Amino acid sequence: MKAFSALLDRLIFMPSRNGKLRLIADYFARTPDPDRGWALAALTGGLDFKGAKPAVVRALVEERVDPVLFRWSYDFVGDLAETLALIWPEEPGANRAPELNEVVSALLNAKRPEIPGLIAGWLDALDATDRWALLKLITGGLRVGVSARLAKTALAEFGGRPVADIEELWHGLEPPYGPLFAWLEGKGPRPLIDDRAAFRPLMLATPLDDQALESLRVEAYRYEWKWDGIRVQAVARQGARRLFSRTGDDIGRAFPELLEAMEFDAVLDGELLVARDGEVAPFNDLQQRLGRKTVTARMLADYPAHVRLYDILFERGEDLRALPFVARRERLEAWYAEARPQRMDLSELIRVSDVTALKGLRETARANSIEGLMLKRADSPYLSGRPKGPWYKWKRDALTLDTVLMYAQRGHGRRSSFYSDYTFGAWTEESELVPVGKAYSGFSDDELKRLDKWVRDNTVERFGPVRAVRPGLIVEVAFDAVHPSTRHKSGLAMRFPRVHRIRWDKPVEEADRVETLRAMVEGGAG
Amino acid sequence: MKPSAPHPETWLRVTGKGLYCVPGDFYVDPAWPVERAVVTHGHADHARPNNRKVLATPETLAIMTARYGEQAGGEHQALRYGERVVLGDVTVSFAPAGHVLGSAQAVLEWRGSRVVVSGDYKRRRDPTCAGFEPVACDVFITEATFGLPVFRHPPAEEEVGKLLRSRALFPERTHVVGVYALGKAQRLIRILREAGCDEPIYIHGALQGLCALYESLGVPLGELRPASAAAKAEMVGALVLAPPSAIADRWARRLHDPVTAMASGWMRVRQRAKQRGVELPLVVSDHADWDELTQTLEDVGAPEIWVTHGSEEALVHHARARGFRARALALVGRGEEEQEGAA
Repeated sequence: MKAFSALLDRLIFMPSRNGKLRLIADYFARTPDPDRGWALAALTGGLDFKGAKPAVVRALVEERVDPVLFRWSYDFVGDLAETLALIWPEEPGANRAPELNEVVSALLNAKRPEIPGLIAGWLDALDATDRWALLKLITGGLRVGVSARLAKTALAEFGGRPVADIEELWHGLEPPYGPLFAWLEGKGPRPLIDDRAAFRPLMLATPLDDQALESLRVEAYRYEWKWDGIRVQAVARQGARRLFSRTGDDIGRAFPELLEAMEFDAVLDGELLVARDGEVAPFNDLQQRLGRKTVTARMLADYPAHVRLYDILFERGEDLRALPFVARRERLEAWYAEARPQRMDLSELIRVSDVTALKGLRETARANSIEGLMLKRADSPYLSGRPKGPWYKWKRDALTLDTVLMYAQRGHGRRSSFYSDYTFGAWTEESELVPVGKAYSGFSDDELKRLDKWVRDNTVERFGPVRAVRPGLIVEVAFDAVHPSTRHKSGLAMRFPRVHRIRWDKPVEEADRVETLRAMVEGGAG
Repeated sequence: MKPSAPHPETWLRVTGKGLYCVPGDFYVDPAWPVERAVVTHGHADHARPNNRKVLATPETLAIMTARYGEQAGGEHQALRYGERVVLGDVTVSFAPAGHVLGSAQAVLEWRGSRVVVSGDYKRRRDPTCAGFEPVACDVFITEATFGLPVFRHPPAEEEVGKLLRSRALFPERTHVVGVYALGKAQRLIRILREAGCDEPIYIHGALQGLCALYESLGVPLGELRPASAAAKAEMVGALVLAPPSAIADRWARRLHDPVTAMASGWMRVRQRAKQRGVELPLVVSDHADWDELTQTLEDVGAPEIWVTHGSEEALVHHARARGFRARALALVGRGEEEQEGAA
C-alpha cells in the first residue's frame, strides 16, 4: 500500500507528462506482483468495488470524531475524501498495514455488510497518505491526472516495447496482469489472448505542411473528407462486439444502437458522428453523447449515432492491414455492399486532378461543416501509430477573433514562474467584457516573456495564482469552431483555442464583439 | 494559584499593541513599537523592530540584530533559559519552546499567580534548538496555527526521505525547496545532513545571514553555497533552498528544470499545495500539530487556557470538552508569516 500511495501522491502534483511516465515506470520496476498489476488496473479505471462508497467512510468517521471538529475541518479542507483521510484518529500499532493486494482481494470478495469493518481496520493501520490513497482506490476515480493511455505508455516504456503492443493485448487481459508483466520483463512468453474483440492501434495522419504540399504527387494519393467527429474502431467477431475510441477506450456502452447494428464479422475504422437522415450534425451534438456511462432513450432519439467508414482492417478473421490502401478500399466497398449495416455508411473518395483543385476543395470545407481533407497514399499499408508520409491531414483554416486579455494564471513546471495561461474576452452590446475562452499555447518563448511582463505591469487584482489585468492588450485567437455552451457567461465555447498573434499595436476598443463570435456558430444553432 | 492570588485576567490585558502586563509595564511580542517588549522568538510577527527596550534570549536578540540592524530595538537585555529577572513587580523567566533557535515561552509571575505565554512551539525533535519544556501555571496561552484535527504532521525525517527519493528518480532536475528563512531552512539542512546528505546545498540570498548566524551559535550546517552566484549548469541535480515567495517566481528561472518543493505544515492539505504550484509538498512544520497542541494542554495541566492565533475556536471547543476553562484571545498581527507558507 505504501508504494502505491506514494505513487498517487507524487502523480497528483506532477505537472509534466514525462515526469508522470517516469514515476509510473519506476513504480512498476520496484513493486512486486500482484500489487503492481492492481495499481495498473486502478490507473486504467479497471477496478470497481460495489458497496465501498464515500458515505460508508463518512459514517465510520462520524462514530469516532467530534462532529463539530469534523464540520470545521471539512470547511477548511474542502474535499470530503481528503478530510476523512486526514481526520481519522490514528491508533499506532493497531494493525499491520495491508498490502495493496490484500485490500483489493478482500474488497472484491467481501459481502456488502463486511465492508465497513474491513475499511475501518485498514484505516486504523495506515498513515494519512495511505488512507487518502485507500479512499481514492475504493471510491473509484483516482483523478491523479493519468489517463489509461498514459498508464499504458508508462508500462510500454517499462518493458521497452511500443505502446501499440500493449494496446493489442490489453482487452484480452485481466487484472492483475501477471503474464503481461512477466513478458515485459523477459521472464515469460507473449500472453496468449482471446483476440476476438481486441483493439488494433489506429493509423494516424500527420499534418500537411507547405513543403509536403509543394512536392505532392497528386496521382499517388487518394482523397477523403476529414469528418468532424471522433475516430473509432468497430470490432465484431464471433459474438463479441466492441466500439473503441482512438486511444483504445471501450466506449460501446454509451452507444448501444451502434453495437446493435454491428451484425457482422469485421474490424472497421471510421468516424463517429451524430447524423440525422444522412445529414451530419455539428460536433457539439456529438458532444452530448460523449463521456456518458449510460444513455437515455431521449438521448438516443435526439442525438442518433452514426459511423462513417474509412477503412477495413479484418474481414472474417482475415488480416487485411498489409494490403495497399486501394486494395483495402475495394474490400471495404465490396463488404459494405453485402453487409449493409444499419447506422453506417462509406466515407466517399473525392476525385482530385491537381493541387489547385485540392486547395479549392479545402476552401469549401468550413461552409460544409467539414474539418478538412485527408490524403492517403494509394499504396499505404495500415500501420499503427503516426508514420510520416503515407497519410496527411489538411485541416481547414482556423477561425480568428480579436479578443481582450482579461486574466492570466501561472503555468506549471517549466512555466511556473510565468503567467502563461490566458483568459480573454469580447465586448458585449453594453461595452462590457465577457470571457469567451482560454489559451495557453501559440506563442514563442520570447513572446511569453513579454506577455508575462505585461501581465505583471498591468495587474489590477490578484486571486491566488490568477491576476486580473486592465483591458489593454488585444490577443488574436485562433480556434477551429465555436458552439453554444451553458458553462460560459458568453454562452459560447471555442474548440481548440490558441494564441494566433499578439496585437501590441491595436487599441482594445477595436477588439471583436461577442456577436461576431456568435455568428460563427455552425449550423445556425447560435 | 493560592486562593488569595489575583486572577491573570486582572493583570494581563489585550490592547491594540498586543498583550500587555500591567504590573510589569511591558508587552509580550507587541505588534507595534513599545517602551518595553518581552520577545518570545525571532519571527517577524513576534519580534518587531524599534522597541525601546527588549528582553529576550541571547539567540533571539542575535537574530533580531541580524534581521533589523539598527532598528533591532534600543536597549537589549539577554535572559537565558531558567534565569529570572524582575520587571516592575513581575518576575519573568524563559523556558524553551522548541520552535526555532532561541525560542522561548515567557513565564510571568505576580503575587503567586503564574501565566505562561508560549509563543509559537512544537513538541517534535529539532536538531537546531532546545526542546519544549512544560511549565505548570494558572493560565497557559497557546497558539493554534494547526488547531484542527486534520493537521497531523508526519515525522520530518520521513518527509526529507521523500525529497531524497525524488532526487534519485529525477537526478537531472534541480530540486528547489521553499522554506522560511528563520528556523525551517536550518532545521531542514540539519535533517538532510543527518540523513547522510553531505554535498553542498545552494541557498537563496535571503537565507545566508541567518544560516551564518546559526553556525556561529553552534549549529553546524555543512557546506552552503550562494545560489545567486552559481551557474545554472552547476546546480543541475542540486538541492536549492529559497524563501517560499521565490520558488515559483522569476528568481527560479535560474534553475534547471526545477522540481518545486515546499516545506510547510500547510502542505498537508493537497488542494493548498496544488494552488501554490508545488510539485513536491513536504509536510514539515515548526508549529505544533493537533496532537501536540492537545497533548500540551494535558502536560502543562493549567486549569485555564487562552488561545491565540490560528483555529482558536476548534482548540477552545476541544479544551472545554476536556474540562478546561478556555477562551480565544484576539491578538493583532499574528500569523502573518504563515501566510507566506512559513508554518
